[in-house]
Amino acid sequence: MTRKLRMVLALFAILTSFSMVAAACGSDADTATEADAETADSDADADEGSDDGAADGDAMDGEGKDVKAAFIMVAPVGDAGWNFMHNEGRIGAESATGVETAFVDGVAEGGADFDNAVQQFIDDGFNVIFTTSFGYMDATEKFAADNPEVVFQHISGFKMNDSNFGNSFGRMYQPRYIAGMAAGAATETNKIGYVAAFPIPEVIRGINAFTLGAQAVNPDVEVEVNWTSTWFDPGVEGNAAQTLIDAGADVLTMHQDSTATGEVATAAGATFIGYHSDMSAQVDSYLTAPVWDWTEHYSDIISSVQDGTFAPQAYWGGIAEGVVDITVPDSSPAAAEMSSVRDQIIAGDFDVFEGELFMQDGTQITDADGKLLIALADPFGNDIGAVGDQMNDGILLGMGFFVQGVIGSTEG
Amino acid sequence: MNETTVIGLLIAVLEFGTLLYLAALGETIAEKSGVLNLGVEGMMAMGGVAAFWAGVETGNPWVALLVGVIAGALFSAIHGVVAVVMGADQVVSGLALTIGGLGLAAFLGQDLVVQAPGARFEATNLGPLNDVPWIGEIVFDQTAVSWIALALGVIAWFVLTRTRVGLILRAVGESASAADSSGTSVVKTRMIAVMIGGALAGMSGAYLTLALAPGWSEGTTAGRGWIAVALVIFGAWQPGRVGLGALLFGGLLALEPRLQTFGVEVSPILLSMLPYLLTVGVLVVLSIRSRHRPSAAPAAIGQAYRREDR
Repeated sequence: MTRKLRMVLALFAILTSFSMVAAACGSDADTATEADAETADSDADADEGSDDGAADGDAMDGEGKDVKAAFIMVAPVGDAGWNFMHNEGRIGAESATGVETAFVDGVAEGGADFDNAVQQFIDDGFNVIFTTSFGYMDATEKFAADNPEVVFQHISGFKMNDSNFGNSFGRMYQPRYIAGMAAGAATETNKIGYVAAFPIPEVIRGINAFTLGAQAVNPDVEVEVNWTSTWFDPGVEGNAAQTLIDAGADVLTMHQDSTATGEVATAAGATFIGYHSDMSAQVDSYLTAPVWDWTEHYSDIISSVQDGTFAPQAYWGGIAEGVVDITVPDSSPAAAEMSSVRDQIIAGDFDVFEGELFMQDGTQITDADGKLLIALADPFGNDIGAVGDQMNDGILLGMGFFVQGVIGSTEG
Repeated sequence: MNETTVIGLLIAVLEFGTLLYLAALGETIAEKSGVLNLGVEGMMAMGGVAAFWAGVETGNPWVALLVGVIAGALFSAIHGVVAVVMGADQVVSGLALTIGGLGLAAFLGQDLVVQAPGARFEATNLGPLNDVPWIGEIVFDQTAVSWIALALGVIAWFVLTRTRVGLILRAVGESASAADSSGTSVVKTRMIAVMIGGALAGMSGAYLTLALAPGWSEGTTAGRGWIAVALVIFGAWQPGRVGLGALLFGGLLALEPRLQTFGVEVSPILLSMLPYLLTVGVLVVLSIRSRHRPSAAPAAIGQAYRREDR
């Protein structure tokens, strides 16, 4: 037997044994759909996903245009966080609209993988494509220009065109503020720990909103931030959480993709406020969490393509639109105030960043009317507001400063 | 920086050290027999998901740990069959084990992602010993798995350096044909060494999902299997030195978030590179030293042994 032949045989043996295991598990009816999608994913090839999809294509009941919706995710949908909730949204939209959907996950940003995945979906007749990670933005823009018959919706970015390319995000800072109220009411040490991934506006905005909410019910509270430089690494996240416990925090929250912070909070007898999804079933110390729900928004986009009314928009929905929300825990001493703030936000009577705001060092940012007293730049050095400007969405989207009461550096 | 934060740091050093040491010790034993197994990351993932599943099913951390160990050993047997019995390229087979293990663990664990841990290891409770300042607070605030890791390290050192079994294992790793001539079964010895390596990688994965970061998600091993592979080289294939290396590398992992609270400005990205940079440094030192004396690496590492090729 030659060396080369032996190697080929060996690889064949390994692949065969894996596929036998996969086939054995895949026969379980509950996991069949997921298994198919996974196969398509691991082959970096959407072919199989769409073939299987075609089999249940007769379930389609779209009245107008035939729509097939594809989703591209940056990390595995099994991560319990960001991508998990997008997949929940996909599943929800599929049952709400009856259209066929498919996804590939673990697709790297800014690379040939993404281009291949999108092109494969287009070739397979998918005509609505959701790209759910920030780094997909520029490539999505290019595909939208080259494929006018396909609708592209990019999540968490800011680019769009006027025919077939829109973007979506959620005002997560609204439920973050309410989560902060729960934390401020729960802490006895007046120190709350915040495990956070990267110092980008989205994360900084969440930390600020959370801190303002905590201060609203407890003026003495401080929020200490620990940066992990990773979206998902339970070991690192748990380590950061323990660091904050050691520093005196008795309530922990996070902007990460795993529940590791919650596990540390449980072990330390602290209170945990989650993110992304309801984690009550997983984490004993769970109090509440700001959560995503993409089902309605995804269904709306798909329906609008079906009936021909799709028009690109920069969608930034809040609690009122249902894309983000929080469950007010009855056990919280601040439950009544939280419910009241939630109602005011929905009614449009309250804005998290209205009124006077102060920097970490005490410098006043805005006056009582929300007018800027200093010029502001985003973390990348671009001007986002001049003295006298009214606080607006542009400033929120480029937020690069911490408010008073946050311990930590926006340098990461 | 105060006493609480320093004690917290040292506790975390031992925790991450345990995680890395178990996997690296197993890899040391496999490599001592002449089999390079780059599948550590995949075996850890398989051990981790199996242990977490068993914890959910049984609620007993010890049963869960055992299941993780068995899963790691069985999974490593694939590498044994392919690379040792069939004599395929060890690098290719090991990489297949990592890629396949991560994928298979993710697939098998799909329904476990949103589940609470059914079992977890708590810190040992030795009564008053836990209250001894510093030593008690740090050393005894560990789970039983850390003590098992320490015991296994001592046993591995003793067996490898002081017993006939260890001599045979090392002989197979240094010169398989010579060992074969003296009546040792190369395939059997290597197969056992690989499966011990798999068992320990599985235990490391189980420690991760049952103690260090209880829970299961795809990608939860986060490259620590690769640090373990680097650690074996760093520790020059000696259980004791690998243990010291595990504390050093574990210390780097533990330090990352704490530098921020200590007010030290070091990029966490740079810090996470350090284990690999240190390993490269050690490789350089080892290669310079090996001009004057024999290399620390087992001479037959990476070489498939086939009697008919002799």
